[in-house]
Amino acid sequence: MLDPKIVRKDFPILDRHVRGGKPLVYLDSAATSQKPSRVIEAVADFYERHNANVHRGVYLLAEEATVLYEEARAKVAGFVGAPDPRALVFTKSCTEAINMVAGGWGRKVLRPGDEIVITEMEHHSNLIPWQMVARDTGAVLVRFPVTDDGFLDIPRAPITERTRLVCVAQMSNVLGTINPVRELSEAAHAAGALLLCDGAQGVPHLETDVAALGCDFFAFSGHKMLGPTGSGGLWARPELLEEMDPFLGGGEMIREVWFERATWNEIPYKFEGGTPAIASSIGLGAAVDYLRDLGMGSVRAHEVGLTRRALEALSAIEGLTIHGPADPERRGGVISFWLDDVHPHDLATILDADGLAIRAGHHCAQPLMRRLGVPATARASFYVYNTLEDVEALAVALQSARERFSSGAWL
Amino acid sequence: MSLDELYREIILDHYKNPRNKRPLPAADIDLERNNPLCGDEITVRVRLANGVVADAAFEGQGCSISQASASMLTEMAKGKSLDEVEALVLAFRGMMSGKSEAGEEHLGDLVAFKGVVKYPVRIKCAVLAWDTLQEGVTKHRGGA
Repeated sequence: MLDPKIVRKDFPILDRHVRGGKPLVYLDSAATSQKPSRVIEAVADFYERHNANVHRGVYLLAEEATVLYEEARAKVAGFVGAPDPRALVFTKSCTEAINMVAGGWGRKVLRPGDEIVITEMEHHSNLIPWQMVARDTGAVLVRFPVTDDGFLDIPRAPITERTRLVCVAQMSNVLGTINPVRELSEAAHAAGALLLCDGAQGVPHLETDVAALGCDFFAFSGHKMLGPTGSGGLWARPELLEEMDPFLGGGEMIREVWFERATWNEIPYKFEGGTPAIASSIGLGAAVDYLRDLGMGSVRAHEVGLTRRALEALSAIEGLTIHGPADPERRGGVISFWLDDVHPHDLATILDADGLAIRAGHHCAQPLMRRLGVPATARASFYVYNTLEDVEALAVALQSARERFSSGAWL
Repeated sequence: MSLDELYREIILDHYKNPRNKRPLPAADIDLERNNPLCGDEITVRVRLANGVVADAAFEGQGCSISQASASMLTEMAKGKSLDEVEALVLAFRGMMSGKSEAGEEHLGDLVAFKGVVKYPVRIKCAVLAWDTLQEGVTKHRGGA
């Protein structure tokens, strides 16, 4: 079993005191996670000892840099269950990974009238790229509805013979809902469509195996899973990567260049034009090592425990509404809520004075906000370093928040 | 009552009892803007008569700071010429950027927002309605 008190020692930032000496209670890991020393040191070690460009030089440092970068790729690919590292493209973010599919696959194969099914709970990063592609290709976006209790409305799944792609988050960044990706992959394939899974919120918290999910494209972010910002990845079935057009044209991604034309490098390099985020990707490899050592089963069990306690404690607060599934086994540790009379931004400012970092806003999911009938929500999210004491601190701060808001003392 | 307490009371009063939060038909300036970071939405409307603000109103939703600021705007803009409105926007932006105290004597109750300067992320909430008004004035002049 994971002991967060021990885990916390690996995260230097958690020793910080903020806002007049209050210990930092970090509850915004769904936005970005904190980084363990092992990741910070891997990045520093690269710059201090091995820094050179990859896949270019013949000298020792270039060789070391290339080996470290490719080792990181193999680790990250293995972590998401991909047997072949060639199918894992390093990207700067999950957003970039999805745009890579939209631009390289969508723009190439979609035809007028083709349908792209997108769930109502997608992050804007799995919606806007498809809006852009639909505008240019004549493809049509189709809404996959969400039920009142925060699940995908499976009986109303709009997957038909016109569907070319289904876009679904592994876990919602607002509701915490864990979606039945495997089931939806099967439904998509039965209809002759492909499935893209946005794993930004899933990979950091759930044991992930792209083969078991049955998806065709899998995008994820590195900085939400203890890795550096500027890291992330796209996995896709190799034959799809072969079919796709490149994303950025430039160095690295070519095989041979003439003045008028060029041929593309093999996968995954075809998609890594320009000098990649070498140090960040190596840092992501270190993050994967760290998570493997903790064990993803333990990570999940720890977070279910925190979520169960948080749902209990927050439900007991007068005037507080929680959005998303009530069963901690069917959701992750992302809890969105609304406290009567206190706008989420004001609430976040009030809690900040207590040393608590929570998120407020639309969480890049405006269509979902409209579905929930709220302009914004407050959101607390947990990770490996959060403790039951953090959950209690949140509950205590929220209990007095309405009163403190009305007094204006926070202003 | 300390000055801080007075300021708090002004902001909360405008939030809980917003002034001129209503439609304003046939407005000369009518502009909706939002703060994409947090989703605050404001529509500012102004009706002019002889180059002077005859009526001002707002609609929208958002945090206490954005809504109270919009409420104060509608009260303060009334009776002012567009030049005076622009001077007020400039003075308020100056105070909220923490750079300039010039013109603070013209800001009236708006000085209540001075405390928000210590929350850099939330300055945008305070100036949203004012930025909207300024854009509306600029557009109105361009079209005139």
